[in-house]
Amino acid sequence: MVKKWLEKCYVGLIFFLLYAPILILIVCSFNASKSRTVWGGFTLHWYTDLLQDAEVMAAVQTSLALTTTSAVVATVLGTLACIGMAAMSQRKQQAVMTLTNIPMLNADIVTGIAIMLLFVRFGTLGYLSMLAAHITLGVPYVILNVMPKLQQTSKSIYEAALDLGASPGHAFLRVVLPDILPGILSGFLLAFTISLDDFVVTYFTKGAGINTISTMIYQQVRRGINPEMYALSTILFLTVLLVLWVVNRISAKQVRETRV
Amino acid sequence: MNKKPLIDLVHITKSFDGACVLDDMSLSIHENEFLTLLGPSGCGKTTTLRILGGFVQPDQGQVIFDGQDITQVPPNKRNLNTVFQKYSLFPHMNVEENIAFGLKIRHKSDAYIRDKISYALKLVNLDGYEKRMPSLLSGGQQQRVAIARAIVNEPQVLLLDEPLAALDLKLRQDMQYELIRLKNELGITFVYVTHDQEEALTISDTVVVMNQGYIQQMGTPEDIYNEPENAFVADFIGDSNILDGLMIRDELVEILGVKLPCVDTGFGEYRPVDVVIRPEDVKLGDPGQGFLDGVVSHIIFKGVHYEMEVMAGGFEWLVQGTKAFPVGTPVSLSVDPFDVQIMNKPESEDEKAVAMDE
Repeated sequence: MVKKWLEKCYVGLIFFLLYAPILILIVCSFNASKSRTVWGGFTLHWYTDLLQDAEVMAAVQTSLALTTTSAVVATVLGTLACIGMAAMSQRKQQAVMTLTNIPMLNADIVTGIAIMLLFVRFGTLGYLSMLAAHITLGVPYVILNVMPKLQQTSKSIYEAALDLGASPGHAFLRVVLPDILPGILSGFLLAFTISLDDFVVTYFTKGAGINTISTMIYQQVRRGINPEMYALSTILFLTVLLVLWVVNRISAKQVRETRV
Repeated sequence: MNKKPLIDLVHITKSFDGACVLDDMSLSIHENEFLTLLGPSGCGKTTTLRILGGFVQPDQGQVIFDGQDITQVPPNKRNLNTVFQKYSLFPHMNVEENIAFGLKIRHKSDAYIRDKISYALKLVNLDGYEKRMPSLLSGGQQQRVAIARAIVNEPQVLLLDEPLAALDLKLRQDMQYELIRLKNELGITFVYVTHDQEEALTISDTVVVMNQGYIQQMGTPEDIYNEPENAFVADFIGDSNILDGLMIRDELVEILGVKLPCVDTGFGEYRPVDVVIRPEDVKLGDPGQGFLDGVVSHIIFKGVHYEMEVMAGGFEWLVQGTKAFPVGTPVSLSVDPFDVQIMNKPESEDEKAVAMDE
C-alpha cells in the first residue's frame, strides 16, 4: 500500500513540475491585479480586452488562416507523397522516409534561417514565404501519420477493387482513401498544431508588419508584460490541448478497431 | 475435356529482379474446367494467376482469352474475378456493400443488385449476414463473402489464390466441397492455386504441377497420382519411395541389388532410371516371402492406417498398412509389378526434386 501511494505521489510530482508554469500562467490570466505575485480577485477583464485589441485580433486572424491553409496543403502533399512512396521498393522507401524525417529533428532555427535566406535571395519575405515554411514544417508529420496506415492497408484490397472493375482512381477514392482517412486526419491535426505552435521559423520567415499569435506575443512581451498576453497564451495552450486530445481519440479508436 | 480452350497462355516468360519465375510456359484452360496450379512456394503458380488477372505483365508471351489477346488489358477491363489469399474484403464496408461493389461499377439497377446479393449469399450459405462488418466475421465466413463478391459479377473465369490456406482442416474440407458445388452450379471456369497436393487432387478436373517456373506434369488427378512423369511430381504428390534403379530389360528393373519385375517397357537395356513405389503399395510379410528383407525401425498410428519405416537393403522404406508391426520386427517387402513406376532420370537440374519446406 505504501509503495502504491509513493508511486502515485512520484507521478503527481512529475506532472506538477511539468505543468506548474502553465498553471501559473492560467491563474495569472484570471488575476484582476497586474502583479504576478498578488492575487487581486477573479476577472475576465483580460479576455474581453483581448477581443477589442485590433492588433491581437489581426494576429489571430493571420494565425488561423496560415495554420489552416498550411495544414491543408501539407496534408494533401504528404498524402500524395505517401502514395508515391508505397509504390517504391523497400530500400528506396526507407531512404525517402529518412529524408522526410530530418526536418522534424532539425533545429527550428536552422530551418527558419535557411528558408529566410532562400526567400531573401529568390523572392520576398511575406505571407507566402511564411506559408511555404509552415507547409515544410507540416509535411513530415503528415507522412509520419499516413505512411503506417497505408502500409497496413493491404495492397490486395486495392487490387481487389481493380479486379471488380474499378478504375485506378475509383479504387483509390472508394477503397484506399476511406481506409487511411484516420491517418490523414491525425496527420492534418498534428500539422495544424505544429504550425499554430511555431515561433522560431515564423519569426525568421515573416514579412514586416505581419504577425502570428506567437510572434505578436513575443513583441508585446518585449515592450512590457501585459496580462492580456497571459490570456492569449492560455487560449493558445487550450486549443493545442484540444487538438492533441482529438488526435489521441482517433488513434485510440483505431487501436480498438484493429483489435476486434 | 473436349471443349474449346477458353484461355491460352502462350510462351509466357517472366522474371523479377533478374530471377526467372516463369520460363516459356504455355497452358490451355478449357471452359467449365476446374484447373489447379500446384507446386511448392516460388514455383511460379501465383505469378501465373496474377498474369491471368492482369496484375503482372509478362516479359514475353501472350494471354489469349476467348480468342482475343488480352496481354495488355488492365485488370478492371477483364472478364474474370479473383478471390485473393487474404480475402481482401473492404474493411469499411459491410458484407452487402462489399458484394455490391462490382455491380455498382457496372451501373446495375438497385433491384438487380438486391437480388444478386441475396442469391450470392444463399449460394455461400451466409443468409442474413448482409449488414455485418468483415471484421466481425470468421475466416471461413470472410472467405465465402469474398467468393460471393467475385461471382455476382458473373465472370467467365474465377481465379482463386490459395483461398483456403488460412482455414483450419475441417473448414477447409467443407469449403472444398462447396467450391466443387459452386463450379457445377455456376458453370464457370475455376483456376485455383495451391501448394496443398491433397486439396489439388480433391477438387480439380485438371492438375498442373509446377516447379521452378516449369510445368512438370499436367493431367487428371488420377493420372498425376498414379502415373507421375518424374521424381519431382512423384515426391510432391503424396509420399513416395524413390530409388535409383537400373532398367535391365523390358519389364525388369534392378534396385538395391535385387531384380524386380515391373510392367514398363521401352526404357532400353541397362539404363539408369528412377523407381517410385507408393507406400500403400508395399506389403509387409514374414522374412523371406518378399523381394527384400528388413527390420521395422519406426511406426506411427495415422488414424486410417499405420505408417512404418522399414530399413531394408540400406534404404529407409516408407510403408503404409492397416496391420501394425512393432519396431524391431523382421519383415519382408513385396510389391505388385503393376505398382512399380519407372521414370526417366531428370535431364536438367530444374526437373530434380527439391526439398520442400511446406
